[in-house]
Amino acid sequence: MAQNQPDRGQRGLPGGTPRYSAFALAKKAMNYHQDWQRAWRDPAPKAEYDAVIIGGGGHGLATAYYLAAVHGMTNIAVIEKGWIGGGNTGRNTTIIRSNYLWDESAAIYEHSMKLWEGMSQDLNFNVMFSQRGVLTIAHSEHELREMSRRVHAIRLNGIDSEILGPAEIKKFVPTINIDQSIRYPVMGGFLQRRGGTARHDAVAWGYARAADDLGVDIIQKCEVTGLRRQGRKIVGVETSQGFIKTKKVGCVVAGHSSVVAAMAGIRLPIASRPLQALVSEPIKPILDTVIMSNAVHMYISQSDKGEMVLGAGVDKYNSYAQRGSFPVPEHMLAAAVELFPVLSRLRMLRHWGGIVDTCPDASPIISKTDIEGLYFDCGWGTGGFKATPGSGHVFADLIANDRPNKIAAPYTLDRFRTGLLIDEHGAAGVAH
Amino acid sequence: MLIITCPFCGPRDEAEFACGGEAHIARPLAENKISDAHFADYLFMRDNPKGLFLERWRHSAGCRRWFNVARDTVSHEIIEIYPMGSLPKKASPKAAYKASWRRDTAAEKAAVRSPNKAGGSK
Repeated sequence: MAQNQPDRGQRGLPGGTPRYSAFALAKKAMNYHQDWQRAWRDPAPKAEYDAVIIGGGGHGLATAYYLAAVHGMTNIAVIEKGWIGGGNTGRNTTIIRSNYLWDESAAIYEHSMKLWEGMSQDLNFNVMFSQRGVLTIAHSEHELREMSRRVHAIRLNGIDSEILGPAEIKKFVPTINIDQSIRYPVMGGFLQRRGGTARHDAVAWGYARAADDLGVDIIQKCEVTGLRRQGRKIVGVETSQGFIKTKKVGCVVAGHSSVVAAMAGIRLPIASRPLQALVSEPIKPILDTVIMSNAVHMYISQSDKGEMVLGAGVDKYNSYAQRGSFPVPEHMLAAAVELFPVLSRLRMLRHWGGIVDTCPDASPIISKTDIEGLYFDCGWGTGGFKATPGSGHVFADLIANDRPNKIAAPYTLDRFRTGLLIDEHGAAGVAH
Repeated sequence: MLIITCPFCGPRDEAEFACGGEAHIARPLAENKISDAHFADYLFMRDNPKGLFLERWRHSAGCRRWFNVARDTVSHEIIEIYPMGSLPKKASPKAAYKASWRRDTAAEKAAVRSPNKAGGSK
């Protein structure tokens, strides 16, 4: 799959003047950091926009940025019921990779990876993208065999991926326990060296600031209460700050997708579930990569602050409560301690949940609807963070041109009628 | 953390249960020639309300029997637990059952009706 470099929307030098420097930091310190400038404006909604993006998370802000930067649509707004990046964007475990089995998935996640690789330059904002590698562990002969099959398929799509044996894993991750007598021994793994992590808040802030520079209105504390239609056409959005007229509405609201869809009488195959994560107290660097395990279901990395960042699978029931049940983190921690005995006496610092929009085939929906001017980008489930730039990029293209491009086309909502599913549930091999 | 009262075993920890998702989805009869879109309503489309939700649970590490639960997806409060093949009795779950978009689908109309003629799936 020879992919061209995506159009990053760069028109000349990176936007804006440098605003943060060591000198500025020292100068503002004299005034107790009270007079830092706003990173983006706080406008009141205009009466009318060319397009309105519902949801000010990473995906929504990326959509707005690429609409403005690539497609020249600058008279647009992002409306967010809470604050920028306060939802799943600030709640995930920041893992980025593109080692997916199916061609459709490889296309969109690799598209995303290419955008990650240039993001800090594009946005003139350090998103701390760190290609520290993502290593997925196999715990049985069968899993290892299945993994090598997957690695070859991924490599055929031009995405870096390699198999490591237990000794190589031990060399790569000295803190891991490769004792073959444990319940789920480390029998091998596959590594994507270009994978890694990024600072999730910075991604939201970077896109918000870059979009704002291009004239996009970012309106926070503005909740959508209804979608106004005329026949089968969208004419505007009812919000807590009044009616906003527009012909194009892009919904990027993750866990609340079904709620917004219901306002337009659209059915989605989505179930909203809690996904929990936690961080430990900060410690000195012991882990310079990302480790995932599907069999024991746990993923772990260490943040730049030194906290161990852990996540697992979704809770078993539908919820909108941004919290989950204890057995999930308990299970996750048991797996973590077995693989990394060094963690056994660490204390937990914070623990939280986010509401993720899970799809039956574990693949997203990037689609037009049967209502003209209403578009959905949802169903990213547990793995949306890594797709932030790619999702925004293809969704902006869909909204601007009213047709999906080659990468977005398989992700139509219509696949649940035709049966052309992109079944990543088993294929991804890991929680994603 | 939920404490779920199994109708057969009494109150137990959530860890003993499996959640089966949306309740009252009736399978259309095979001989009914409904369209793919209508069949997708049955197979894939799901009610996903913010608030009262009617769902199925199974006491998988206990008696292994299924039952229905009316639960709030924001507070996690369990409003009513009632047997498979029956409809909720309390007012709010009853209203939630009637208000679901599923009641108007062709898939539901083409489904087997339960003997009590209440429209509940078995």
